[in-house]
Amino acid sequence: MSETGSTFRPKMRAITDHLVTGLAVLATILVVAPLAFIFVYLIYKGASSLNWAFFTQMQKPPGELGGGMANAIVGSAVLLGVASVLGVPVGIGGGIFLAEFGRGTKLANAIRFTADVLNGVPSIVMGIAAYSLIVIPQHHFSAFAGGVALGIMMVPTITRTTEEMLLMVPHAIREAALGLGVPNWRSVLAITLKTASPGIITGCMLAFSRVAGETAPLLFTALGNSFWSTSLNREISALPLQIYVFALSPYDDWHRMAWGGALVLIVLIVLAVSLVRYVTSRGVLKGAS
Amino acid sequence: MPEIRISQTQFQSEPGSPAPEAKEKSDVSEIRRFLQSRGNSAIADWVFHGLMVLCALSIFGIVVLIATELVRRSSLAWAKFGFHFFFQADRDPITHLPQYWDPVNGHFSALPFIYGTLVSSFLALLLAVPLAVGLAIFLTEMCPRALRSGLAFLTELLAAIPSIIYGMWAFFVLVPLLRDHVNPWLIKSVGWSGLFNDDNPTGLGFVSAGIILAIMILPIISSLTREVMSAVPHSQREAVLALGATRWEMIRMGVLRNARIGIVGAVILGLGRALGETMAVTMVVGNSPEIHRSLLSNGSSMASVIANEFSEASNDLHRSALIEIGLALFLVTIVVNALARILVWAVTRGASRQVN
Repeated sequence: MSETGSTFRPKMRAITDHLVTGLAVLATILVVAPLAFIFVYLIYKGASSLNWAFFTQMQKPPGELGGGMANAIVGSAVLLGVASVLGVPVGIGGGIFLAEFGRGTKLANAIRFTADVLNGVPSIVMGIAAYSLIVIPQHHFSAFAGGVALGIMMVPTITRTTEEMLLMVPHAIREAALGLGVPNWRSVLAITLKTASPGIITGCMLAFSRVAGETAPLLFTALGNSFWSTSLNREISALPLQIYVFALSPYDDWHRMAWGGALVLIVLIVLAVSLVRYVTSRGVLKGAS
Repeated sequence: MPEIRISQTQFQSEPGSPAPEAKEKSDVSEIRRFLQSRGNSAIADWVFHGLMVLCALSIFGIVVLIATELVRRSSLAWAKFGFHFFFQADRDPITHLPQYWDPVNGHFSALPFIYGTLVSSFLALLLAVPLAVGLAIFLTEMCPRALRSGLAFLTELLAAIPSIIYGMWAFFVLVPLLRDHVNPWLIKSVGWSGLFNDDNPTGLGFVSAGIILAIMILPIISSLTREVMSAVPHSQREAVLALGATRWEMIRMGVLRNARIGIVGAVILGLGRALGETMAVTMVVGNSPEIHRSLLSNGSSMASVIANEFSEASNDLHRSALIEIGLALFLVTIVVNALARILVWAVTRGASRQVN
């Protein structure tokens, strides 16, 4: 075995090695090529349909050229406003607990685990929950219900990023603050949280941009609206909802609008992801550590 | 300034020590006054701590709230159909064909949706897992440093793109491509297997849904696999290389073997995403509540039927049945995600302990 093995096995092993390397490179190309293609295609399709009217005008009936998605953009802004008001404070509070108070405790581990699991719950389930909580008692669809569904989705993401960012703050800074006789709550808010604030803000932006593209939870909470509305108590339009309606419509002009809307969402996401990357690679502190 | 005064009084009281208790008492009240002038930190700390605990506990609250609401609103369908809802279907008395989902005539069975969800998700895993693991191997073990951050950034970005945009791309680009070029070829070459023998003129169906799902879950699986693989300590790699192994043997014995539980976790997490994915699947799956053997035929998934029918549910029973499907989806994704997290955590935690 060892005699024959020494003659052919090194060759076989080298061949296998090269083969696997080739396969891994191939897999990378197979993954990256379509993804890059999707990206370029979106930018190409979207850029050709974005213009000033897209942001300032209302949608027009099919057949009429022009028009924009102003009502959808404003609707998304209202929904995201409600979601942020509900989701951001709770999320940051949860993150502060995990990083500052509960470090290593069983409760904190359980909460971290639940947040991760909640992150994987399909968004449409959040929509049903908001429908059952708000739409059924109120007997009508509303922007508020949509905002609640989105706000619930923001909480686990923000909790986890806030925790990660707070953990990057060096202990020496906390100790310095406490050593000066600053009460704990004040040291957390004014020192630790402030030091980590660039990271936390970008984390919130990331959650914000993720939620901005969510369609499923809005289908039966905000419902969509082809008219101008900013009322929290009525149906409201949203960018992803409008993209869904436009994309499935048979009109070319509406398809164009849908691509434009998709590009707006993509730009939001690229900004958020690159900001997060920039902040985490730089570290929370600009050179204090 | 009060601090200095306190230390002075203490210093003075020590040699004489006529009434230390009275002195101490006044000191305490002075400290208390000092603290109160800046806000009572003990109470404020307590309140702040309580608030933060409340925020953190709200995450439990959300899960419980979702579960109770779903259970409450699906009780109508639960009382009427029970467990049969998920396993059986009514049969037409004359033709004996199964009637899975006919809201107008009151036939409700989740079977075709469960089937559709499972088929599209497993198709997606079949396509995505080898590619994702290959990409992760390339990124952690072979990739030049300069390329690595760019590729990692791209996958991170793609994980964040909303599902509606993937759905739109699939609807306008992937489906026509499949319809005109891939499906005819599939029917001709492997149509005999019975899996690809449906001449569906739309190009929609499980194959389209599976492919777009695969593209969507690839970044998640790959980035988690990468995380797990980089958690394997370098000493393992070095030990295997020192025994004369080639790079592939090092990856197989040193890395994959140690990371395999975590990779399974990453795959299960991808499965969780695929099970619950709504918009992209809704746009390309075809939305017909039937079970066909062919993967090219139109189908429907649990999430897609909710997205399609919920806002115009014909009656309370219909809505209740849809919420019951949602409840099933919720429970399944909770279990799947929890399992995945535990597996990933087992590897990364053990590895970091070894490194330290």
